Amino acid sequence: MYVSVKGGEQAIANAHAWMAEARRGDPAVPELSVDQVEAQLGLAVDRVMAEGACADRGLAALAVKQARGDLIEAAFLLRAYRTTLPRFGACAPIDTGAMRLARRISATYKDLPGGQLLGPTFDYTHRLLDFCLAAAGEALPAPAEATPDTGAAPRVTELLAQEGLMAAEPPGDDTPPDLTREPLSCPAPRALRLQALARGDEGFLLSLGYSTQRGYGNNHPFVGEIRMGSVAVEIVPPELGFAIDIGDITVTECQMVNQFKGSLTEPAQFTRGYGLVFGHNERKAMAMALVDRALRCAELGEDRTAPAQDEEFVLYHCDNVEATGFVEHLKLPHHVDFQSELENVRAMRATQA
Amino acid sequence: MQTTDPQASRRHWLAVLARAEGPAIAALLPFPLPDHARLRGPETGLVMLRGRAGGDGAAFNLGEATATRCSVRLEGGAIGHAWRLGRDAAAAETSAVLDALLQDPTRQEALLAAVIEPLAAAQAAAAALMARRAEATRVNFFTMAAMR
Amino acid sequence: MSDGLLPAFANPVFGAQSAFRAVLAALSEPGTIHEAGLGLAPPAPLMPAAAAVLLTLADADTGLRHDAGPAADAFLRFHGGAPDASLHLAAFVLVTGEMPPLAALARGTDEVPSAGATLVVQVASLEAGHGWRLTGPGILGDAHLAVTGLPPDFPAQWAASRRDFPRGVDVVLCAGTRLAALPRSVTLEG
Repeated sequence: MYVSVKGGEQAIANAHAWMAEARRGDPAVPELSVDQVEAQLGLAVDRVMAEGACADRGLAALAVKQARGDLIEAAFLLRAYRTTLPRFGACAPIDTGAMRLARRISATYKDLPGGQLLGPTFDYTHRLLDFCLAAAGEALPAPAEATPDTGAAPRVTELLAQEGLMAAEPPGDDTPPDLTREPLSCPAPRALRLQALARGDEGFLLSLGYSTQRGYGNNHPFVGEIRMGSVAVEIVPPELGFAIDIGDITVTECQMVNQFKGSLTEPAQFTRGYGLVFGHNERKAMAMALVDRALRCAELGEDRTAPAQDEEFVLYHCDNVEATGFVEHLKLPHHVDFQSELENVRAMRATQA
Repeated sequence: MQTTDPQASRRHWLAVLARAEGPAIAALLPFPLPDHARLRGPETGLVMLRGRAGGDGAAFNLGEATATRCSVRLEGGAIGHAWRLGRDAAAAETSAVLDALLQDPTRQEALLAAVIEPLAAAQAAAAALMARRAEATRVNFFTMAAMR
Repeated sequence: MSDGLLPAFANPVFGAQSAFRAVLAALSEPGTIHEAGLGLAPPAPLMPAAAAVLLTLADADTGLRHDAGPAADAFLRFHGGAPDASLHLAAFVLVTGEMPPLAALARGTDEVPSAGATLVVQVASLEAGHGWRLTGPGILGDAHLAVTGLPPDFPAQWAASRRDFPRGVDVVLCAGTRLAALPRSVTLEG
């Protein structure tokens, strides 16, 4: 039970003013611009877009600045802002097979059509703090270029499917369920699970994914493929009646390949976990794929033994805006409930005495 | 772009305009925008992006993106539409007017040459540059010979 | 223009807010009449008040059924995006001609009574002070509303519709740029 408390308007105004000052910091230091956040803290912007469930770099960058770098606070700001915008419609599913690749790697095949492109990655850095970055005026090397291979880059899962070793994706409705319109209820269809995971907290999914590798859930996953790059976004405006491109977005896609022993009806084959996320975020895409695969245990006839396989546990706790809302609500006045707890404890003590 | 399919032509110019930044379009306009009535917008809203499970399976809702659209009617009655990702209302309105003008067979060729082709060329160049940058990071793994 | 692609609210935010407030006031104080849709010029046979109500309340998530013809259809779908729906499933039903029986519309359930349809009816005239006698929540004592253009058995249909309250249908009556509303909580004596 919540209690209304009066007073504090001036205190709140003063608190907000102090917050604004703290956000600005030392006035002798140049103010951070939203353009700088968008360009130079791009991966923070990507995370906020994913967890805010709204792909708009400028808005996400503004949210990061306003939240002073608190990315969950920034996702909250973005989620709130999106409630002010009308929904025009839904786009056609993006075709990651036609992605303009910046990065494309596979841990399952050394040589594959399209090859391995490292792209802009931290993977081979030595993780040593670079103090040159602390001084302004980072000297960038001249960009390297090479003549591209015109060959296609088919999905690794297609290569396995050609040998008949890859379980096919089950069909689904043209109009998938939408978490932004109907509340989640379990059992949830896969499409709803993927939507929830795509906006889920990276840390939570990372830990759950890690747990599946350590034995909580029997996966032995391989990265079949990770792709990062630009895909076209297409929509059919009713007034036109035909599909048009309305722009491009950058996404990261991960296909985890796991072995499935087979059953009475199904031959032994590989199964998939799938991760897809806004921007460049491999950790999130990989974790999402691990958790997606774990949550498929029921449809693949596997025993449910681990937290990552528990659909209710995973889906009801992966949204960090919801989670922080409930955790942080504890700060609201609960004086009356606590008072009654206090009375109870005192009364119990008195009877025991 | 000469094509016997008018719809393909229109899809091409709408895509090029959607991908172009507002200032880039404005800089190429060969004349000031004609008077027009706004039928709808320019207005910003959301479009739901979708992915496919496993990349090629059942569709799922990935998350929303901001999008801006505009529909205009020119004085002669021609109607133009524009849709683009993002929140640039001015670019959407300019694109809608251009869409109406480009449907006029007497103006199409000149406008395609003045506005659409340069924008398309710039976009193709940017995509080609990204492909060359990515190519420079290609790795050819060599299996190590047996250890002695 | 016969293709129905006409402008809607000159200012979408203020236009919708103003129409919303009019409907809210009309439903909260049944029997009162409010202005809506001033400045709107929708295609015939849509009246400005009815157009304003639908532009404000209907959207891509609410099914819309109407009898107003192709120009009105193009106008409403272009601006509002409401998908087509059958008479008994639609969230909004717009009537410009003959009213279907109230019983044919969605009535909601006991758990979700709000899933009942909102019927927007274009009528010939609305006048306060005489006509039907209205009583119920939002009305101090009673109110009177005279409506021309509804079927003569409307009061009987209304009474029948109220029997399994909270299920039911809510009605917005539009005449030109004026509207009144009957929430399902109101008792109507013809």
